[in-house]
Amino acid sequence: MRKWIQCLTAFAILFAAPTFTLAQEGDGPLRIEITEGVIEPLPYAIPDMVAETAQAEDLARQISRVIAADLSGTGLFREIPRNAHIARVTNFSSPVQFADWKAINAQALITGGVSVDGSGKLVVRFRLHDVFAGEDIGDGLQLVGTTDGWRRIAHKVADQVYSRLTGEDPYFDSRVVFVAETGPKNARQKQIGIMDYDGENVVYLTGSNSIVLAPRFSPSGNNLLYTSFESGFPKIYLLNIGNLSQQELRTPQGEMSFSPRFGPDGQTVVYSLTSGGNTDLYALNIANGQGQRLTAAPSIETAPSFSPDGSRIVFESDRSGSPQLYIMSSKGGDAQRISFGQGRYGTPVWSPRGDLIAFTKQSKGRFHIGVMRTDGSEERLLTASFLDEGPTWSPNGRVIMFTRETQGAGGRAALHSVDITGRNLRQVPTNTGASDPSWSPLLQ
Amino acid sequence: MKVLLRATFVIAGIALSACTSAERFNNDGTGGAGTGTASGIAGGAQDPTSPLFFQQSIGDRVLFEVDQSTLTPDSQFVLNGQADWLNSNPEYTAILEGHADEQGTREYNLALGARRANAVLEHLVSKGVSADRMRVISYGKERPLEICSDETCYSKNRRAVTVLSAAPSS
Repeated sequence: MRKWIQCLTAFAILFAAPTFTLAQEGDGPLRIEITEGVIEPLPYAIPDMVAETAQAEDLARQISRVIAADLSGTGLFREIPRNAHIARVTNFSSPVQFADWKAINAQALITGGVSVDGSGKLVVRFRLHDVFAGEDIGDGLQLVGTTDGWRRIAHKVADQVYSRLTGEDPYFDSRVVFVAETGPKNARQKQIGIMDYDGENVVYLTGSNSIVLAPRFSPSGNNLLYTSFESGFPKIYLLNIGNLSQQELRTPQGEMSFSPRFGPDGQTVVYSLTSGGNTDLYALNIANGQGQRLTAAPSIETAPSFSPDGSRIVFESDRSGSPQLYIMSSKGGDAQRISFGQGRYGTPVWSPRGDLIAFTKQSKGRFHIGVMRTDGSEERLLTASFLDEGPTWSPNGRVIMFTRETQGAGGRAALHSVDITGRNLRQVPTNTGASDPSWSPLLQ
Repeated sequence: MKVLLRATFVIAGIALSACTSAERFNNDGTGGAGTGTASGIAGGAQDPTSPLFFQQSIGDRVLFEVDQSTLTPDSQFVLNGQADWLNSNPEYTAILEGHADEQGTREYNLALGARRANAVLEHLVSKGVSADRMRVISYGKERPLEICSDETCYSKNRRAVTVLSAAPSS
């Protein structure tokens, strides 16, 4: 029985994007609890989805593989290799032979059917089964989109499976903007790229004639803020991802503006402005052009990030003599220091859930990505390397992506991700060097 | 093919900067970011009014300690020479580039580079060079001069470079 039907209009970006229809019912009994302790990944099976029309054969296989890559990539699930499967699924509508899946110890089973209809639309139906209970988890679901958008449909299926098994919000159907890097270390060419969260479908949004830094998504995912040297000096630009129109942010006079970030209203921008060699924080409403100075100190104030409710800002300042993290009202005023460990703290980013702050820490010649509570307690370092920096949160606040740069003359930057438990450190595959990731909200 | 395309971009970039600031004399002759070593342009190194003399004999850069923007006595000596030269050659303007080594986050290093460039600006102004003739820019850790990852390179990368231009600065 369908409890609700939701139509989702596609997020438009450079490409024709698919439209989806979803229908689902409540949760079933099989659950994986994500805790801080060591977990045994949940074993699951995903036989190739059944191709129900001739054109769907390749897509059925590819979609199944992307779903498996999403799920296994979390480190929470372990796919049982297909050559161990006993049962063959040749008809999506036939009853599942649970005994055959029990025999190989698959706790969860994903089955699906893929067809391309007369109008060229891709139709994907899937079910999630609890093998040992012998029942479905949630309702069967049908997604309709364009064949070009098959990866997004696969991510949406994986998102459904992930949410039903973990009880968490999903994150696979999302994008990442980043800086693509080529060329030697002393003459790096940089351009802004956008890609699926898993590194696929890369599109470049700027040329590489000027240094570009740190793109940041708007809450809608439709716009970016980034810093470019294209005028000869670092300035912040606002870029519309859909039509690539861009404009320089109207800031007060200064040598440079950089380190911008959107507030949750999508209109307020906080950023750093340097004037007379001194860097402070400013806010700007990009809808009405109203600006406000937030700090006035002789120290460096930079890397501001809003709390999800927009009321507070966490930022980096060296007012105590070394870079540390502070929180203040988003209107400015007194700031409270929250980092007290040994070392230098920078680039704080507030979690979308509001409970944690991710940061870069430099200590004893090493760099770390870490998280702490918003009062600075329970600091945990998740990574360690020659140079890790610039964390960004997955839309559900479970995973952090960041830049890792290797040491030496041949040093190269690459994107990595890590679970907030500190497990599952992985490199995000990119064709070029890559830095400064910013993770989009979940696509609509 | 990709490599070829990139090479074309670089050449196009150089050609473009040559068009827009033909009079700008940088250490490597390409304009911007003070990453190279001197090569001959516009006047010999023996000519005290030449930019090459400024680079090689006076010294176009000063270095900084880790996380510092304080000018050492050596740096002040170099900058005094730069100020004298700029005061004697009023047709030149200057871009003051601040740089940091790779130890530090991107954002902090941009701010730190600006502090360094501004320290140079303030010193030159104190020696009579008009602030109108100079502009500061920070490259943070984006344009290291040396690319190894130890102090021998870092000490050369923590720098502020005075890049001359015969065109009026905007």
